Amino acid sequence: MILLWLILIPFIGGLLAWQGERFVGRGFPRWVALATMLIALGISVWLWCVGDYSLPAVGGVPQWVVEYQVAWIPRFGISLHLGLDGLSLLLVVLTNLLGVMAVACSWREIDRNVGFFHLNLLWNLGGVVGVFLTLDLFLFFFLWEMMLVPMYFLIALWGHNSPGGKGRIYAATKFFIFTQTSGLIMLLSILGLVIVHYQQTGTISFDYMVLLKTVMSPNVEMVLMLGFFIAFAVKTPMVPLHTWLPDAHSQAPTAGSVDLAGILLKTAAYGMLRFALPLFPNASAQFAPIAMSLGVLGILYGAFLCFSQNDIKRLVAYSSVSHMGFVLVGIYAGTTQALQGVVVQMLAHGLSAGALFILCGEIYERLHTRELSKMGGLWARFPHLPPIALFFSIAALGMPGFGNFVGEFLILLGSWPISPLLTILASTGLVFGAVYALILVQRAFHGAPAEGASPLKDLGRRELGMMAVLMVLLLALGLYPQLVLDTSAASMNQVHSIYGAAQALTGVAP
Amino acid sequence: MSVPLEPNTGRAGARSNNECRARDGYDCSRGRVLMNLLFLVFTFPLLGFLTLALSRTRISENAAAAIGVGSIGLSALLTAIIGWQFYQLPGGESYTQVLWTWMNVDGFAPRFALHLDQLSMLMMCVITGVGFFIHLFASWYMRGDEAYPRFFAYMNLFVAAMLFLVLGDNLLFLYFGWEGVGLASYLLIGFWYKDAANGAAARKAFIVTRIGDTFMAIGLFILFHGLGTLDIQQLMTVAPQKWAEGGPMITAATLLLLGGAVGKSAQLPLQTWLPDAMAGPTPVSALIHAATMVTAGVYLIARMHVLFELAPDVLNLVGWVGGLTLLMAGFTALTQTDIKKILAYSTMSQIGYMFLALGAGAYQPAVFHLMTHAFFKALLFLAAGSVILACHHEQDIFKMGGLRKRIPFTFWVFLIGSLGLVAFPLTSGFFSKDQILFQAWAYGHHEFYWMGLAGAFMTALYTFRLIFIAFFGAPHVDEHGHTHEVHKPHGTDHSLPLAILAIAALFGGWIHIPLDSVLPQAAISEAAEHAEHTLALTSVLVSLFGILCAWFFFLKNRAVAAAIKHSTLGTLLFRWWRAAFGFDWLYDKLFVQPYLFLVRVNRRDVADQAIGLIPRLTLALNTQFTHTQTGQLRWYAGAMAAGAVAVVAAVILL
Repeated sequence: MILLWLILIPFIGGLLAWQGERFVGRGFPRWVALATMLIALGISVWLWCVGDYSLPAVGGVPQWVVEYQVAWIPRFGISLHLGLDGLSLLLVVLTNLLGVMAVACSWREIDRNVGFFHLNLLWNLGGVVGVFLTLDLFLFFFLWEMMLVPMYFLIALWGHNSPGGKGRIYAATKFFIFTQTSGLIMLLSILGLVIVHYQQTGTISFDYMVLLKTVMSPNVEMVLMLGFFIAFAVKTPMVPLHTWLPDAHSQAPTAGSVDLAGILLKTAAYGMLRFALPLFPNASAQFAPIAMSLGVLGILYGAFLCFSQNDIKRLVAYSSVSHMGFVLVGIYAGTTQALQGVVVQMLAHGLSAGALFILCGEIYERLHTRELSKMGGLWARFPHLPPIALFFSIAALGMPGFGNFVGEFLILLGSWPISPLLTILASTGLVFGAVYALILVQRAFHGAPAEGASPLKDLGRRELGMMAVLMVLLLALGLYPQLVLDTSAASMNQVHSIYGAAQALTGVAP
Repeated sequence: MSVPLEPNTGRAGARSNNECRARDGYDCSRGRVLMNLLFLVFTFPLLGFLTLALSRTRISENAAAAIGVGSIGLSALLTAIIGWQFYQLPGGESYTQVLWTWMNVDGFAPRFALHLDQLSMLMMCVITGVGFFIHLFASWYMRGDEAYPRFFAYMNLFVAAMLFLVLGDNLLFLYFGWEGVGLASYLLIGFWYKDAANGAAARKAFIVTRIGDTFMAIGLFILFHGLGTLDIQQLMTVAPQKWAEGGPMITAATLLLLGGAVGKSAQLPLQTWLPDAMAGPTPVSALIHAATMVTAGVYLIARMHVLFELAPDVLNLVGWVGGLTLLMAGFTALTQTDIKKILAYSTMSQIGYMFLALGAGAYQPAVFHLMTHAFFKALLFLAAGSVILACHHEQDIFKMGGLRKRIPFTFWVFLIGSLGLVAFPLTSGFFSKDQILFQAWAYGHHEFYWMGLAGAFMTALYTFRLIFIAFFGAPHVDEHGHTHEVHKPHGTDHSLPLAILAIAALFGGWIHIPLDSVLPQAAISEAAEHAEHTLALTSVLVSLFGILCAWFFFLKNRAVAAAIKHSTLGTLLFRWWRAAFGFDWLYDKLFVQPYLFLVRVNRRDVADQAIGLIPRLTLALNTQFTHTQTGQLRWYAGAMAAGAVAVVAAVILL
């Protein structure tokens, strides 16, 4: 039941915030949303503290620390089936944490339709939490779509129309079409999987645990796997299907960007780990070389594009493409080290990219531009913001001591036995990552300040507090990742045991 | 593969889990109490960094200096105490302090563990000892800078990271420090951020060394998957058991480690960043780009010498890299006019000596030279800083002249440093360089010996060129016929560090540093031992001849030097050497321009353009099809008829 509450609380909070604005006042939705997300965060952290996440799978069947199931549409074998294990717990904690940040960073930025904004934000977050918890494919698809619509509104209604850009409506529509199309392909795959299962057993079920044991012919498996893969790849985003991301990011409000980069992208990686690999292990193993190559392509392509961006948010957006390339490589490498690295990388990227987007928002609030060519010399004009931005840029380039390094290193270390060549190519991303992270620092903060530039309003307590939390967590993740690794170990071993067996069959096992 | 993770072995065992490896049945529990403080050595600088970084501009210069210099002072004091106890132990004992396990994934369990042995003890002494005096000097040098606390924050961060590097018990922890010093170096080169050129130099330094670091990271993957651990001590024992000498894996792994080493130590072919790094404040050049960080590559190879001995070809390559860098940098130094650039190329060249020594198997002399070089080169850089401030931030030696009389103290310490550098008899550099050349000869690497000897001549020539031009002769007269006044530097915080380092540069060669337990010393044949005195005499004569040449060309008779320079061949060579053999040009053409080209071409994201074709195509089709909606009945009827024919045809044919 607690799992259902985790999903419902943001939905209820959203409704309250929306309606409350009319009766109580403008500030009300903010406080409601903050309280809601804090409660949700509290519950998820509490679940982390009390649960034992080291339960190993029994006989290939995943063990859920908390499970909840009630029938929904029994005729089609659809139920409200929720389950929590280490992987989903970590992502739920991340979602709720960044949810708090997203609410906090919109405190000043959003002053139109505050209630409706928070409705969309919270519903989106609720949808994401649902995606991380659900064990029913129908419900999964439902929530997968559920989280898109509020995001569409966030971009379309509260986005920016940056000069030279194509506008927020364009960006929102592009985002919607990309994800919607790929979502429909996934729906076809889900239906295909259910039908294959029906032909074998005579029962219709959308339940993950039931479908997990479906036996398929190689061709069918490959086709169904590709359906899932495309949906997730668009969301990851994987080059060349990434092009919605920079537009969406550059037009979205800050909270939307935090949400997109920090959380929404992770649903795709989660989908691969939870569904694509375990449901279709053989096809995935066969497909792995292509997927890993595309991941490497993403790392390099994203890094190259970063360098030429003039819009600071587009730059950070492309850096997400690059970082999520590592995630893709790690997932399809499939060794325990690589998979554990993927978990750390997802969390670290959520924290660091989230923080960078918040900083971009703060710069925009003060300078009213996001163009790097109009910045330069900001170091002299703010006391606190530039060093903090430097901190997160350094984290993004993979400096040891920060979470990103642990993630990237484990992914590369784990990928080496699978493909040394791809690992070497992916490693060059460390160099190109440094190139764009440092050029960002140079163009925004270093250099001489413009003639007659006045000092800018520095970060307030709210903003400093947010940054401090993210900095401490990112350092903790980099210096003592064991807490996270222990939590996700059982889940990742489970994925590895299924996928590793398939790799052994296709002959790529280490 | 699916080994369940071991339960968390984290903080529970912290600091009680101290190990010690003893020989001869020595009781480990005795006399090592103070070594438990080892972790504090880097904690002080780290705390200094945090305090300064968090207080930012709110504290006064004096407070910042007290924290920044004081933290290193405490570290140095602690190092002295630990060293006092360490050197009382029977030789060969080492001590490991485990802080916590960094991560533990499927057999990959690097620890945050400190390892103290003779090598890391020596490095620690150099870093905190020389580091302290450089910090003290910096507190004088940086007075009045608006970001005084930030400077010391970065400096402290650097020292902490450098201590990680030398104390790390496993390669991943070492890599942590390795990247950390790179970061601090980046921050300090670009310290005066308002000038875009400094930022460019900082980025260049970081990215070029990062290329080396990435090689090293790949080397770590190979080592871990081949040997199952990254613990340095374990690697040393496991590697000879698992890998045959000269095998492909060990060759690849050591080659990649060498890649990391040449990046950090500014050796061929990744040397180009070091001269640009001189954009940083001069104490930074002294600490990072002369005394400590750039010698990290030497430390790495010495530390991993067992692996390198398993790959003799790579070890030989180390020597060649060193030898070639030594000569190349020597020629380049001869043509530079910026006092700091001359010293930078000289550093490159001296590290070349250390690589050459490593390649010859003379590990102990390499590390010995590392130490003496830290003394005299730190001294030279600090003295150069004193000169630069005295001349109002003038760095061109041709615009100085006659400084000997005007700033005598600085002149004398600079001279002492230079004597160390040219290995003048009985100065510190003499002992270490002499040993390198002798052992290179004794171990049969005659080609290294000859390169080293040629380098000794070059060193003497360019060093005394600098001295004769800057300190002797008449003061420089500018185009308006004025000679500039000279600030006479004063103050204890200026003179004390110079004096102490001058003493170290003079007498540091007499310090006996035990390294036998870590670095092996191969036996030297009797015949070679007989040659020792002859070899020493030769190198002294070569150095003296170099000084003599410098005196003749750059003081006595500059017209001759100018005539040589302006001859056809001279002009060509001069231009080639002055451009540091054109590596910057080459890399620009080979790497930078293609990268920028790719970036520029793809600025608008080809993938986006391609996908953008779909809506455009749809739109175009839409426009085309709207033309068919003419409203004329005969067209519709015609189309229907054609359609019907097509359907019927399809049915019949298929």
